[in-house]
Amino acid sequence: MPRIRRELCNKEICACSIFGAMNRDAERFTGAGVMKAIANMHVRGNGLGGGFAAYGIYPEYKDYYAFHLMFTGHSIADRISAKKELEAFLALKFDVVYDEEIPHGDEATVSDPPLVWRYFVLPKKQGEESLLSDGDYIVGKIMWVNTRIENAYVFSSGKNMGCFKGMGYPEEIGEYFMLDKLYRAYTWTVHGRFPTNTQAWWGGAHPFSLLDTTIVHNGEVSSYGTNRWYLEMYGYACTLQTDTEVIAYAADLLMRRQKLPIEIVAKILAPPIWDAIDRMNEKEKKLFTTLRMVYAPLLMNGPFAIIIGQTGRMIGLTDRIRLRPITAATRGEMFYLSSEEASIRLISPELDRVWTPNGGEPVIGELNSMRKV
Amino acid sequence: MKSFVFPEFQITRDEEKCGQCRGCERQCSFGTHTYDPVADRLISDEYKCAGCQRCVIFCPKNAIVVRPTPSFYRPNASWSREKLDDLKKQAETGGVILTGCGCDKPFRIYWDHIVLNAAQVTNPSIDPLREPMELRTFLGAKPDLMDISVKEGDVEIKTKLSPNLMVQTPILFSAMSYGAISYNAFRSLATAACKSGTYFNTGEGGLPREMREEFGRCAIVQVASGRFGIDAEYLNCAQAVEIKVGQGAKPGIGGHLPGEKVSLAVAETRMIPAGTDAISPAPHHDIYSIEDLSMLIYALKEATNYEKPISVKIAAVHNFAAIASGIVRAGADIIAIDGLRGGTGAAPKVIRDNVGIPTELAISSLDRSLRSEGIRNRCSIIAAGGIRCSSDVIKAIALGADAVYIGSAALIAMGCTLCQKCYTGKCNWGICTQDPRLSGRLNVEIASERLSNLISAWSHEISEMLGGMGINALESLRGNRDHLRGVGLYEWELDVLGIKGAGE
Amino acid sequence: MARAVIDATDLETKELNDRLRDLMHSGVKNVNIINVCGQRYIGTRLYTPERLKMDIEISGTPGNDLAAFLYGHKITVHGNAQDGVGNTMDAGEIIVEGRAGDVLGFSMRGGEIYVRDNCGYRMALHMKEYEGKRPVLVVGGRAQDFLGEYMAGGIVIILDLLGQTHQANFIGTGMHGGVIYLRGSVEQSQVGGQVDISPIDDADRAVLDQYISRFLERFPEIGMSLEEILNSQFARLTPKSKRPYSNLYAY
Repeated sequence: MPRIRRELCNKEICACSIFGAMNRDAERFTGAGVMKAIANMHVRGNGLGGGFAAYGIYPEYKDYYAFHLMFTGHSIADRISAKKELEAFLALKFDVVYDEEIPHGDEATVSDPPLVWRYFVLPKKQGEESLLSDGDYIVGKIMWVNTRIENAYVFSSGKNMGCFKGMGYPEEIGEYFMLDKLYRAYTWTVHGRFPTNTQAWWGGAHPFSLLDTTIVHNGEVSSYGTNRWYLEMYGYACTLQTDTEVIAYAADLLMRRQKLPIEIVAKILAPPIWDAIDRMNEKEKKLFTTLRMVYAPLLMNGPFAIIIGQTGRMIGLTDRIRLRPITAATRGEMFYLSSEEASIRLISPELDRVWTPNGGEPVIGELNSMRKV
Repeated sequence: MKSFVFPEFQITRDEEKCGQCRGCERQCSFGTHTYDPVADRLISDEYKCAGCQRCVIFCPKNAIVVRPTPSFYRPNASWSREKLDDLKKQAETGGVILTGCGCDKPFRIYWDHIVLNAAQVTNPSIDPLREPMELRTFLGAKPDLMDISVKEGDVEIKTKLSPNLMVQTPILFSAMSYGAISYNAFRSLATAACKSGTYFNTGEGGLPREMREEFGRCAIVQVASGRFGIDAEYLNCAQAVEIKVGQGAKPGIGGHLPGEKVSLAVAETRMIPAGTDAISPAPHHDIYSIEDLSMLIYALKEATNYEKPISVKIAAVHNFAAIASGIVRAGADIIAIDGLRGGTGAAPKVIRDNVGIPTELAISSLDRSLRSEGIRNRCSIIAAGGIRCSSDVIKAIALGADAVYIGSAALIAMGCTLCQKCYTGKCNWGICTQDPRLSGRLNVEIASERLSNLISAWSHEISEMLGGMGINALESLRGNRDHLRGVGLYEWELDVLGIKGAGE
Repeated sequence: MARAVIDATDLETKELNDRLRDLMHSGVKNVNIINVCGQRYIGTRLYTPERLKMDIEISGTPGNDLAAFLYGHKITVHGNAQDGVGNTMDAGEIIVEGRAGDVLGFSMRGGEIYVRDNCGYRMALHMKEYEGKRPVLVVGGRAQDFLGEYMAGGIVIILDLLGQTHQANFIGTGMHGGVIYLRGSVEQSQVGGQVDISPIDDADRAVLDQYISRFLERFPEIGMSLEEILNSQFARLTPKSKRPYSNLYAY
């Protein structure tokens, strides 16, 4: 067996603030509100990362996958060369319908932004790859780009949605990408970061995404090593040096590939404790024991509060002993999730219902049009 | 022929303290101490002393001291006292030097070069005294994908699951056969396993009929090369069946239970005539290649109606990871790997001390190679060989094992002092003997309580260490090498273990 | 007497608390702070050796650690509060006309807190008392898990006025002092191994009478009467021993 070097790259940990807002009638709104809300939680971050996920922002291109690419590297030459290499790859594997630089305002105070570009594409499967689903094909190609093409990272890849992120306070990132002016979405999720490793980089900010699943995360995954080795067996490469990646890939594996409903997925990521399982009725006991037995390596240990965004849904979930806070609220058709209630009140002073969900129990908001009648 | 070898131990008796109670004479099965009625004192023959410390512990006046004889030869870094004396013994007898217990040579102990993490600031450590800390784990094959259907909130699992063993704590009792150890010791292990929510392994000596009903529910039965005591009832009364291909103390060679230790009861359980030598051949004579092993695995699955996980125990040797991968693909649900320091009742010393690789390197190597092939889910790994304390258990899990087997540690809990004379059958502690006068000294109630205490104490310590790392369930530590760092190791060792150096 | 007003719109935490402290030093006793949205540690920077007392009313949603280390003042929140209310509070009174978040009354050593609706996880953690100094915490709704962990003193009363039954688990793990009263009942499996569940006696009734009256005075909008509440079933939780873990360590 050839000698395998152990990797020395560090996993960054972060403590932070998260926020999500969704209109369940699918009415779209600008990013201005959520930018204000996250700015209100400014003290939870330290300016070394911020990001947004927005759903419903590309109605004219809604049938195409919107790839957001980040070309890093110290010099412009590095970035251009990465872009060329990536575009050559894209031309082979995808039909590119349209591409352009993601617009940004230069007055914003972010540091050392990379070249950020978007491509609207459809998969171009050849040979044996025609047997793969679109999702599996695209995930495979994204893992390839992120591991093989230096200085190029795909950080968003779903249809009619996109992530915007980088180094800076989230409200600064919002201004940089002009999210309050250029985009309207029916779901926004936001993240402000406080990494404890000052070598933070643009790719390390949240949200993490794969196809249309995005994750913003507050906390630290202490089971990262275990989660990672399990996911690597299924073809996910954990390259972005942040523990949140494993949550995004676990959600993709369980929800898209294994087609498990979110209620079950929540019970895999944050299962009830054995004492509680032993006291359940026979049927439930068997179900939860089986889930824990089979999916033990996907248990997310350590404090976390996450907001999962998907087409038509926004889901809040905390770890099973609720070491991180999350507040949920509703007002008419608006559904909010936040690390602190005050931020929700800032943009919606009146609220119908405010509560803090139990640890390990997901709070699920869905578009009314998606609910089964 | 006159022996040129020095006695291994020196005995000093404080004559002022000694009350001539003759307790030491009664305690020692080697005949070391004798009472001289004329001089009214106890005389000790140092040549017979095994250094087992039984007389020292049981002397009511603490009058005896038994210590290893220092070497009287001129100091020589290459020719140690042991090497000189073993050579002289072989010159005297022309025989193979036998020994017991596990390798005692100073190979690097990786457990002592690995340190653990603790969570601070960015992740709270969890207090096991207040918050739930879960050590429960499942041993067996897991499916890759689960087919679950959800209809109106009613969840149904469609995937058929392989049988798994549920343990409340990741510490199991390793295989020690009835025959190698006494009935009382064997029964103590069974009792403690049932009480502590774990399992014991019958080893190749079979499971006595009267124990099957009460203890079958915590038993793992072994099918070894001698096929002793195996019938369908034996296989079905237990919770798992283990095919023993090799063991860490003597990889590649078979076992030999001398006729002196094959008492009537042992003979009945093993189904061989009393007083004959019980020989376990080196290989299973029906397994000469991997497909034969696959055939045996499935034969056992058929014999147990596919209801029990099948484990395969192998010794950790040079390219065992490739072999293990084959074994997983052959259908095994559990792989038990026994490393260099694994113990035994009898083995040639030269094999015990020179064949095999350290358990720590083996676990990591196996875990990573199964993962890289994408088949890690298909089996659980149980690590054995030199697990001495709860921190060794935690490190084994973090390196990739699902659970550990303890052998020597369990015997030490019952009283063993690792004097390495197990093969004589004269164990003064009543553990490795069939002499009823000696085995009667081991009280099953007390010995099983010692074993349960050991499991309980280690489980508490494991909970504390897990909580310190910010983890509250054992499954989140398995293979999680981020929580380990190496100290004082070469880079190739760090590579094999897959861990960073402290400070990196 | 007219109350002084601070408008917290666009004020950072430090600025707001600067102004509050200035008001205190200039002799103002009554303050309204309006448009509060997420500013933290309100009431914390008001320590004076002379123990000056202020009466502060907050409109909006105060941020985390409201009244941390409070040294004797009275704070009323017209709305919900967030996490860390009354953190290591020494004396004074806090009234929340709404719900409170996690870690309410953490290490509280004196004073009183009244919350009208529900509260979150880890309430009354490591609450303490000494001789006459005894903190009291009354909640009109329910608490979530890990209530009263490591409690060493003080009184906690959870009323569950909506009658939804207590769902919290791990109540009182590590408890070695103090008392928790739960209106209604709770299962043994919900409380820590060191906790005794027993019915209340007359002495308990007197305590409940005193503090529930004060609770109702502060929240007149609650439609139940003192008699109605006192006549309900109550469970009293107390620690079994002062040294819950003495047997765990050997040699």
